Amino acid sequence: MMDFGFSISPSSTMNLDKVDLTLYDRLCSIEPDARKCMACGSCSATCTAGPWTGMSVRKVLLDIQRGKDKEAAAMLKGCMLCGKCTMVCPRGINTRHLILSLCRIYGEDAK
Amino acid sequence: MKDNIVIVGGGIAGMEAARQLLLLGYKPILVEKSDHLGGHVADWHCLFPDMTPAQDVVKGLVEQIKDANIFLETEVSFINRMKMGYNVMFSNGVNVICKAILLATGFDLFEASRKEEYGYGIYDQVMTNRDLERWFNTGDDKRITGKDIKKIGFVHCVGSRDVKAGNQQCSKVCCITAIKQAMEMKERFPDAEVYCFYMDLRLFGKKYEDFYIKAQMESGVHFIRGRVSEVSENMQGQVIIKTEDTLSGKPAKITLDLLVLMAGIVCNKQAVQTASMVQVQTDSDGFLKSKDNILNIIETGSKGVFLAGTATGAKTIPETAAEARAAALAIHNYLVAQS
Ligand code: SF4
Ligand code: SF4
Repeated sequence: MMDFGFSISPSSTMNLDKVDLTLYDRLCSIEPDARKCMACGSCSATCTAGPWTGMSVRKVLLDIQRGKDKEAAAMLKGCMLCGKCTMVCPRGINTRHLILSLCRIYGEDAK
Repeated sequence: MKDNIVIVGGGIAGMEAARQLLLLGYKPILVEKSDHLGGHVADWHCLFPDMTPAQDVVKGLVEQIKDANIFLETEVSFINRMKMGYNVMFSNGVNVICKAILLATGFDLFEASRKEEYGYGIYDQVMTNRDLERWFNTGDDKRITGKDIKKIGFVHCVGSRDVKAGNQQCSKVCCITAIKQAMEMKERFPDAEVYCFYMDLRLFGKKYEDFYIKAQMESGVHFIRGRVSEVSENMQGQVIIKTEDTLSGKPAKITLDLLVLMAGIVCNKQAVQTASMVQVQTDSDGFLKSKDNILNIIETGSKGVFLAGTATGAKTIPETAAEARAAALAIHNYLVAQS
């Protein structure tokens, strides 16, 4: 077939009808404060690992709310559990604890 | 005291001002164009932040202003300036000479059908904040009654912060109203998913942020940051909305069983006409113009003419009531200085 140099790229539109919230609901059942995030970005701004690894608690929570569990799991690998994010969160979310809980869920699923 | 005072508008501002003037020993004349007192609040069901029944607030005020001269279904036909005050002619034929006029003319709710892309009046399952309050009050609305409602969306800023709609200003109360109504719907439809589509959440008032956290924690309302750009209808009669999930940086779409538009607060066009009879102009935002916007919101450039409530811009009920009290005092001081 003749190559005209065109290709079809997939739509980037998120279909919120198809989002699987199983992980989010599981997380909220053990870490109810996960619902409280207001996406202010303080956690990501202060994170020592973020600039090098892409770790962002805000984005992890958002990804899980959008059913993007794999992306969230990949991001979590950058965390070094220093707990700085917990110190700055204005909503008082224990983000470090939340990260550990999330890792535990991922760990259980990997078994 | 025999000084006549005319209050135009029988909403919260007009009623609270009348109440205070009665306490000060005056007998104000209150005119209201509709057939009942209470203004927009009379159409509401419960009020944030304590879910006070709107009827209690309205009834409480009506009860306390019985001694005022109240004309319902009456409008101001014309006002003539005289040496010592004003000659006001009402549509019911009554003519009054008064020394002070209070314009408590309130606001208009933005006509949601003007934002055609949201489909109000076009698609079956689109309603406004006011329609939803009416349903809370009456339990009767064909968009909800007997329907299987699984997904509900609330669109913030409909006709507010929108140059294309002719209203640049924020309506202040819609963010908190949306959250209130989202939680009320979640209570009535516990299995439904409820979404709020917002640009900013402007939760400035007492206990409003608590409401937000409660909506997140207890009601599980989903907050999606992005302005809804368009709405369409599918074969099942549901609505599909398009927005950007700006936090993800990606366009998003979702199918809903019910869409509620947070129609904003815009200036009352009829009030602008009445105000022009006493040379009160409109400010750059289209609302009535105060003497200045810091310490003299209640006074106007015209002697003996005062303002209170949403005639000068979007306001909450406590703010409106506080202004009405201030206006009553300003009128009293004005009359004392005159005599
Ligand atoms: S605990 Fe992890 S996410 Fe939080 S600041 Fe430290 S490295 Fe960043
Ligand atoms: S600091 Fe807290 S509220 Fe802000 S984005 Fe991070 S987790 Fe959310």
